[in-house]
Amino acid sequence: MLRDALLLQLGYNATLVAVGATLLGISAGVTGTFLFLRKRALVSDAISHATLPGICLAFLLMVALGGDGRSLPGLLAGSALSAWIGLLCLNWLTRNTRLAEDAAIGAVLSVFFGFGIVLLTVIQTLGVGRQAGLEGFLLGSTAGMLWADALVIALGGAGTLALILLIRRPMTLVAFDPEYAAARGVPVHRVDLAMMGLVMAVTVIGLKIVGLILIVALLIIPPVTARFWTERSDRVVLLSGLTGGLAGYLGAAISASAPNLPTGPIIVLVAFAFFALSLLVAPGRGVLAALLRHLRFQRRVHLRQGLLALAQGQPIYEQLTLRLLRRADLVRADGVATDAGRARAAKALRDEKRWQIVRADHAHEAAAALYDGLRDIETVLTRDQIAEIDSRIGGPQEVLA
Amino acid sequence: MNGSEFVPLSLTPLLIGVLAAVACALPGNFLVLRRQALIGDAISHVVLPGIVVAFLLTGVIAAWPMMLGAAGAAVVAVVLIEAIRRLGRIEPGAAMGVVFTTMFAAGVLLLEQTDTSTVHLDVEHALYGNLESLIWLDATGWASLLDPVALAGLPVELARILVTLIGVAGFIWLFWRALKLSTFDAGFARTLGIRTNLLGLALVIVAAVAAVAAFDAVGSIIVIAMFICPPAAARMMTNTLEGQVGWSVIFAILSAVLGYVLAGYGPLWLGARDAVSAAGMIATISGLILALAARFGPCRTRSGAPVQV
Repeated sequence: MLRDALLLQLGYNATLVAVGATLLGISAGVTGTFLFLRKRALVSDAISHATLPGICLAFLLMVALGGDGRSLPGLLAGSALSAWIGLLCLNWLTRNTRLAEDAAIGAVLSVFFGFGIVLLTVIQTLGVGRQAGLEGFLLGSTAGMLWADALVIALGGAGTLALILLIRRPMTLVAFDPEYAAARGVPVHRVDLAMMGLVMAVTVIGLKIVGLILIVALLIIPPVTARFWTERSDRVVLLSGLTGGLAGYLGAAISASAPNLPTGPIIVLVAFAFFALSLLVAPGRGVLAALLRHLRFQRRVHLRQGLLALAQGQPIYEQLTLRLLRRADLVRADGVATDAGRARAAKALRDEKRWQIVRADHAHEAAAALYDGLRDIETVLTRDQIAEIDSRIGGPQEVLA
Repeated sequence: MNGSEFVPLSLTPLLIGVLAAVACALPGNFLVLRRQALIGDAISHVVLPGIVVAFLLTGVIAAWPMMLGAAGAAVVAVVLIEAIRRLGRIEPGAAMGVVFTTMFAAGVLLLEQTDTSTVHLDVEHALYGNLESLIWLDATGWASLLDPVALAGLPVELARILVTLIGVAGFIWLFWRALKLSTFDAGFARTLGIRTNLLGLALVIVAAVAAVAAFDAVGSIIVIAMFICPPAAARMMTNTLEGQVGWSVIFAILSAVLGYVLAGYGPLWLGARDAVSAAGMIATISGLILALAARFGPCRTRSGAPVQV
């Protein structure tokens, strides 16, 4: 069943939903990246909740004008308008009052959503039109998706991507260093508004599939996931679009493969699975990689301390150190140093003495700052400098018989 | 409107609304000042999976298992956010966004997967609450307030939210000095020996308890709105913390009363037949109060801070 779903063999509606969800995932992932890099990920939460009153007002207006109130473009236009107003309120609150951005986000989110709920109950009590569809925008409802709906989503997604392609450079600049961008003459405030406008567009086209509460997840989780894998912003954008699209496609397919699997939540959970996987296994920033790094560091410290102890003839009791020395063939099973071990130990002790002189000498101040007890002195000083230091230490003395 | 109609139908919802609003606004003051305002948003989203899991485990819709489930989910969310933030070195906002959306999605999925058709448990209920249904059927008029038999029939939500409010107020009263210090100057508070990390966690847990208790009675919309709007509006009115807490309580009570009255009777004045959602209306009123405070409040601007680009 899942195989059929993945190959888009489950009928017209499932195919439409899968294609729509993939496109939505791509555009949300790409747009969300800039939001995430600008450290304003949760602004999307305010924007998405602020769509609700617009949906309701658009419905009421269309009913008042004699329509049936369910035309998707009309509802989406209303939602975009009220999300834009919410965004302007948010911007005004953060720029003109002492409120921090998080409080402004929370205020806009709750008040707009609360007002939307009031309007929803008004619509319910009016008993006009086929209002049942409106609640579907909270969590998305893909059951009755039409060709026209999918077309709206596809066109919206393509338009968003095209716009991002146009203004990706100023957006990246503003995301990383707004002060520098302002100094370069980039209109930071307008670029920010454009970024939020793109987020709003993605939110609006995502209403039908994942709903306004969960669209935030598609804007936040893929960029965070992509960030684990690379340090370059253009690759984060691409990877994020890829993860988002994949999550949308897989999520839609899984939800079509069995009953009672709502599309929006499944897409979010698939995206989260990608995130959890990246958190664990990503090279560099992942948890496993960090653990390995820590273990490697621990081994270096133990080996170094063991060698110093050998050189000074001190007994070693620490099990991990002994095991590491033995594995490297530096000591024998009974704890006595091998020839290689003695050589390495002598080198370690001499290095330590060299470092001591370097750290005591103001002429080597820059090099001394790099001392951490593990660094090889050859990586910091030239051969001549080391020879000069060695001349101060003096060579090994012949022991008289 | 006379007593025989007002007391059974409107008095208890009104009281519960007011108490819930104040219980959320009190910790909200500190959350807003500490830039953790969205913790309330996150908590109110993760309450849903907590409640659903509690229902799956016990099989009944009962208050205590659900409160425990919701509180457990809130704690899990806070721990997860912190873990993701530290392990993945992700900024707190994004970490929060990852956690609460995922947990909410899991809650919706669980809800769809289980057969809850026989019980009153759905997403809409979780969002708007059912303030209007918390009526006091045993009351006949104002005299019932002195009648022990009728008093026994008060909705349990009233007692629960009252206890929560007392607990929240007690926490803030007990730790007032430590909270104030650690909110404004965490470094200085640490040098005085205040465990700021522990205190911060305790504040979040108290907020979660308030959120869960309020959520049980009035739905998550009020919870988010009351955590943020009254304290934010109060912030525009005064420069002292004492003043801010006082104003926030006033604003919370005002929003709850006005919101409830407008939702219940406003449509009737306009000629419509049915009331609108009280929870939504309370949130809307608190937003209007915030808008007025942001436009006309005496301390609305940042003083001394550089203009942000």
